[in-house]
Amino acid sequence: MSLAVQTSRLTGVSEMAIESDVLVIGGGLAGLSSAISAAREGADVRLVTYKQSTLRQASGLIDVLGYTPNGEGPLTDPYDAIPELPEEHPYRIVGEDTVRDAMSMFDAVVDTYRGGHTDTNALLPTYGGTVKPTARYPDGAAAGLASDDRDLLLVGFEAMPDFDAPHVAAHLEAAGVPFDVRGETIQFPGDLMDDAKVTRYAKLLENNGPVEVRGRERGARDALVERLNPLIENEQRIGLPAVLGDADAAGVRAALEAELGTEVFEVPATPPSLPGVRLEDRLFEALDEVGGNFESGNPVVSFDGQDRVETVYVDKQDARIPFSAEQYVLATGGLVGKGVESDREHVYEPIFDCHVAHSEDRYDWFDEDVFGDHPFAGFGVDPDPELRPLDGSGSPEFENLRAAGSVLGGYDFAAEKSGSGVSIATGYHAGRIAAQEAQ
Amino acid sequence: MASTPHVLVIGGGSTGIGIARDLAMRDLDVTLVEQGNLTHGTTGRMHGLLHSGGRYAVSDQASAKECIQENRVLRDIASHCVEMTGGMFVKRPEDTEEYFQKKLEGCRECDIPAEVISGEEARKREPHLAKDIDKAIAVPDGAIDPFRLVVANAASAEQHGARIETHSPVTDLLIEDGEVVGVEVEHKSGPGIRVHGTEGGTEEIRADYVVNASGAWAGQIGDMADVDIEVRPSKGVMTIMNIRQVDTVINRCRPKGDADIVVPHETTAILGTTDEEVEDPEDYPEEQWEVDLMIDTLKELVPMLDEARTIRSFWGVRPLYEPPDVGSEDPTDITRDFFLLDHEERDDLPGMTSIVGGKFTTYRLMAEKISDHVCEQFGIERECRTADEPLPGSEDFSVLRDYMEEFGLRSPIGRRSVERLGSRADEVLKTDDPNPVICECEGVTRAEVQDAIGQSGSDLNAVRIRTRASMGNCQGGMCVHRLASELHDTRVDGETFDEGVAREAWDELLQERWKGQRHALWGEQLSQAMLNYALHATTQNRDNDPADGEPVDFAAFDTGADQPGESGGADVAADGGERDGY
Repeated sequence: MSLAVQTSRLTGVSEMAIESDVLVIGGGLAGLSSAISAAREGADVRLVTYKQSTLRQASGLIDVLGYTPNGEGPLTDPYDAIPELPEEHPYRIVGEDTVRDAMSMFDAVVDTYRGGHTDTNALLPTYGGTVKPTARYPDGAAAGLASDDRDLLLVGFEAMPDFDAPHVAAHLEAAGVPFDVRGETIQFPGDLMDDAKVTRYAKLLENNGPVEVRGRERGARDALVERLNPLIENEQRIGLPAVLGDADAAGVRAALEAELGTEVFEVPATPPSLPGVRLEDRLFEALDEVGGNFESGNPVVSFDGQDRVETVYVDKQDARIPFSAEQYVLATGGLVGKGVESDREHVYEPIFDCHVAHSEDRYDWFDEDVFGDHPFAGFGVDPDPELRPLDGSGSPEFENLRAAGSVLGGYDFAAEKSGSGVSIATGYHAGRIAAQEAQ
Repeated sequence: MASTPHVLVIGGGSTGIGIARDLAMRDLDVTLVEQGNLTHGTTGRMHGLLHSGGRYAVSDQASAKECIQENRVLRDIASHCVEMTGGMFVKRPEDTEEYFQKKLEGCRECDIPAEVISGEEARKREPHLAKDIDKAIAVPDGAIDPFRLVVANAASAEQHGARIETHSPVTDLLIEDGEVVGVEVEHKSGPGIRVHGTEGGTEEIRADYVVNASGAWAGQIGDMADVDIEVRPSKGVMTIMNIRQVDTVINRCRPKGDADIVVPHETTAILGTTDEEVEDPEDYPEEQWEVDLMIDTLKELVPMLDEARTIRSFWGVRPLYEPPDVGSEDPTDITRDFFLLDHEERDDLPGMTSIVGGKFTTYRLMAEKISDHVCEQFGIERECRTADEPLPGSEDFSVLRDYMEEFGLRSPIGRRSVERLGSRADEVLKTDDPNPVICECEGVTRAEVQDAIGQSGSDLNAVRIRTRASMGNCQGGMCVHRLASELHDTRVDGETFDEGVAREAWDELLQERWKGQRHALWGEQLSQAMLNYALHATTQNRDNDPADGEPVDFAAFDTGADQPGESGGADVAADGGERDGY
């Protein structure tokens, strides 16, 4: 990292700008993918992120494409469908080969995920009792594949209302899964508060931490095994809420499997999602391994520049810290991550005010049906083939700004089940081009 | 005629349910039928103001006097449904002094306690009031939960032997020899039982007398017997904010107009309202300008409303009525008084009376008057006891106990639960099993949800109105699937709700929550809507639930890298994976 003297137009004072080749704004899947991809190209990369990323709200599954925009699916092969997507879809913009290369990068970087052995989607049970198509899944979810025909036992905990195992089992049965599935509910050993956090369960299981069972102190994991054992009939796999360990999920799973004599898996979770947090942690480690820098906790609030972005300013305890780079990647998220915001009249991108197409009438922003074709789900910037956001007349807003992930428009990740794949593919693409341009 | 007259009441809003309770307490046989949930009509769609009478103190003093009288009664018999927030009529510089004085005098003439306070004092009480408010009149307005009130009335009516059938629209009036002798209802088949219903099919319910308390729908019932009941339904919008910007009811002190009231209600504040006549109480436009008008006008009183987050908007239809010879052009000129239409006197059709007009705060008084009228038909002289006997939940109850400790609940969840349940808190919350929070926004625990399911069966919208679950900021984003799980495998009145029943109720609640949010979709709430959509569609895949759709060919999907017969290996394929011919 080098420092250079810059003058901020806004503050009027000279400050030392923190410089890098590529500056990535946003620390979710898209930002991390683009920072890793830029660093792998040899660029000096810095990532700034404000809030906790939306990965903590995600299940931790990596979907590429489960349904077409017309609702066809579940798709067995996501890549097959890419050429048929609308032209403005991010996958069409970056192209099928880039999507494949990006997924290869993900596979190389995240060794705790599976599914890369095939193009074919997997089907995994959800906590809502359905199955969903996904391209990559954590090791810890692998034994739960719904396309695997071995019988399944699901076990939930009484104090965790997000995962009601008998209900999920009955729903999976109604979904026609090719195996027998039963659900049981037990009390987690010990006297945890009804609102104990998922990390509390995870740490107790990881450390086999002490809990009191019938007046005797026991290890939480040992006590859980004792409660699970009598429930098993002839099932070879058991699904539990996604609380099986924090840093060492594999260790917890292995220990449970050894003692139960069955495979064990986690059912992908609701927020706050440990699988999402584990993925986020793994990606930050990976960024660190390839030499990227990052800092979190403060928002980018403004910038200098006309045709090029010269400097962006991070608001840190009332001071404005300048960051300068040759190339910038905007990966601030969509409506959920606040990379796209709105008021009663407008939809806008808050940092650079990049053009976001939308109807003037906010009653055109949604469909009447809860799962209808919602225009708001597609709100975001429209990019050129290099992923540079375009203004209202179709020219790049800035020659050195690229966008990745949910800040892009033109697709409905929720309906398509394409959120992770688009973030990885566009992050990879934007980061790579930014690195090449910067050097 | 049977020795105990059987009275059939049409309409499960506040008026109908009040009548059912009153007549049941006077030992009559009562059956009440409601086309939807309790409060399905206007009652469930009001701003929750417990009138002091101040709003009518100038224009309609008879109503004002009734309001303050009933305000005092409800504080007594329905304490767990009422929050005495207090209210103010605030005067802006452009509002006239003359009207301010008239309001003050009017309040005094109607025995409504009224105190003039300075603008400074008003802002001390409500810091977010506009800086240029001149002064205000403080009055005993309050907030009342219409759902809780109606449910408590229904519980009381049932305790006194009444039969209550929800989801049972009247399809015809039974008329024999020129007299109304009952109704034909259709018991809708929805997910599982609906309250204590008989599912599916039609039923003829014969009665010695029929009371039409169907509010804005009264004309439609009248049509079944070829009598004209000229209800003039008038719609009004209410916009719900995510927090309580004010803790007292704020009224604008001017003659009449749209968008002149903010009512703090539970965790929210409700802005109201408009007054527009509509043709059909079931089908009328819900318009953007109405929502914008609420915010743009009421920000003159509370400026922070301009930037505040709204979580949804809803519309209600007032069952306004005026005798045909009055002929008001503007619905705001139609009286808020109620009318008892005895169809024997009026239309030569014995056996039925309709009650129309009126307002929520005086529901009990209206019920008393019509119950008197019904008793008169049978020569029965029995005292009305509804003003004296507290509703279930508002019986003698010490609020000083330490609920949090007693029920193992965190504050503020314990406090919120006890506020909702009142004296039923013991019976509902005492459980040896874990009692996790199901709805975090409103602090609703499993025990409270299970209690509501026990009362209302498998209709999650009925559970919602009883508990407020899914009515907070996230509008069910985090809890609708949990509510469906609470329903699954629960046994009520001999029926166990299976997965299909739970799924149908889940879908209904999702759609209902979406309906009102659509009017709040910008800013934070649009962000919330996208998060909810992502949770429900992406992580739960509820938009493509294979249980609802075409069978899935499971064998065509990845069976895992280490399964026998699978091509490829566990190693990561550097080229992005080989195509395996599926």
